[in-house]
Amino acid sequence: MVLTEEQQAILGGKQGETMARIMKTLVMYGETFDAARMVPVTSEYGHTVISFGLGVMKPVYALYDEILSAGLTGKQKFSADPFPTDPHVPSNVLENIVFKLMYTEQRRYGKQLDELGLMKRNAYTCACYLPEVGNTPKRGDILSWAESSAVVYANSVLGARCNRNSGILEMMGSIAGCVPEFGFLTDDGRKADWVVEVKTSEKPEAQLLGSAIGMKVLAEVPYVTGLDRWLGADLNDPACAYLKDFGAATASNGSVGLYHIENLTPEAKDYGETLIRENAKHYIIDDAELRRVKDSYPCIWKNPEAKPKLCFVGCPHLTMEQLKDWTVKIENALKESGNKHVLIPTVFTSAPAVIREFRKTPYSERLSDTGVILSYICPLMYMDNPVCGKTPVITSSNKLRTYTSARYYTDEEILRKITKEGR
Amino acid sequence: MSRTFKGRVITPGKASAEALVSRAGFNTLASYQMALLLNDKHVKCGDQNNPDLYKKSMIGKALCLPETIGSTTGGMVLYTVCSKNMQPACLLFSKSIDSLAASGAILAANWSDAKMPVIDRLGDDFLNYVQDGMKITIQEDGTVCVE
Repeated sequence: MVLTEEQQAILGGKQGETMARIMKTLVMYGETFDAARMVPVTSEYGHTVISFGLGVMKPVYALYDEILSAGLTGKQKFSADPFPTDPHVPSNVLENIVFKLMYTEQRRYGKQLDELGLMKRNAYTCACYLPEVGNTPKRGDILSWAESSAVVYANSVLGARCNRNSGILEMMGSIAGCVPEFGFLTDDGRKADWVVEVKTSEKPEAQLLGSAIGMKVLAEVPYVTGLDRWLGADLNDPACAYLKDFGAATASNGSVGLYHIENLTPEAKDYGETLIRENAKHYIIDDAELRRVKDSYPCIWKNPEAKPKLCFVGCPHLTMEQLKDWTVKIENALKESGNKHVLIPTVFTSAPAVIREFRKTPYSERLSDTGVILSYICPLMYMDNPVCGKTPVITSSNKLRTYTSARYYTDEEILRKITKEGR
Repeated sequence: MSRTFKGRVITPGKASAEALVSRAGFNTLASYQMALLLNDKHVKCGDQNNPDLYKKSMIGKALCLPETIGSTTGGMVLYTVCSKNMQPACLLFSKSIDSLAASGAILAANWSDAKMPVIDRLGDDFLNYVQDGMKITIQEDGTVCVE
């Protein structure tokens, strides 16, 4: 790997021993992937996946203490993943005690984030790219981000360039102001290894389609055909919301960092099938394949017949339009069923900045009237509480299903359960 | 009967341990989060989607896998596991290592005292051959002996 004189000097200790170790870490990272050089981070903001002050993660905060005590901070400000707790989300006394025992480092880590350069007090969301949040990279920007759902969205929908960096590494890139050039930062790394043909009889559920593709292609790049039939050729609000959920499922059920949607995403529009590698593999998705994938999900509830005690919608965080759509759908479904409120305690999650704007609309009161709780929490962090993890929780998030005991249902099934069936 | 495979060294070291094999992608967060939260001394795998490893003890094993998948907390989780001495004896990848596992290995090598040699590019043949419980010995040059 060829370094500039300045980078070489940093590696040699010109900016102190801690900065030298940060540079060494980034160089080793690059050398592992045959990067030829480091390139400057060009986005205005970074994004870190670490938002939680878990007691069991003390080594992480000790490392950040070391960085801060060396006088180092981010060269760019950054947003962070969602906050791990919210008193508005239902939890009992025992669960609250466990939360307190789990997040013993939250205050310490919050202070560290402020010192490292959190972009604003409430910049806690996995969907940092939403316009209300203000961390939306431009096409071609080089990022030092982590958070699998945000990275895949930035690469695929926005056309920015970012590898699937790990937590801590992303912060080191923001501190150094440079990242090794490999993978999705190169033109070749953005070529498609798979052609995925969507041949379903109706618009496929975003989080189910993403799951199927993620499990099949793992870390490789899919070029998806046939989806524009359902999404159209414009990256409008519904299409972006769909791709947000689709991408999160590809990234968590597999490890997809970039996808191309024929006639829709920016690079697919510009370069079309020239993005597809020679000898790319093929995967056909029809109704039967989606059914097979959905049926393959294990249910790890102690009692699979248990009545759900909680429902989470919004992992990744919901957009403004999704919040409005859900409000109308729930109102209509409640009217049909003759119920006044949702029958299962239900939490919708979104970015604090989106929630703030949503509260200014008439939909806010309407949603509240249905009994749905609106929160900025990370449902995954909530479910990490071992006591909460034993609760029968349902969700339309395939990411939440993957990492927790939450049981997955499609949006339509969730709607029916919370408004009509109650189980 | 033993077989020898040669891979690329990501972080060097010697190790000798019993094999634990994941045929599918290893989800680092899903595998370790409950063990970390519960301070499980056996470090049992919590990934319900991985039938090869689910509920099996991972600590001190030669973890053989194609690649890691899932959340970008993966590297941070691996670094934490190493810092708390809950790590496998070594990580042996049949494919080229992915960015998250590489991050975890490199963070552990530079920012902790843990020893967890990591070798990748051992080939599909390696993963087809190795079975749970086989004895694995690895050398600093990336040689892996399976018996």
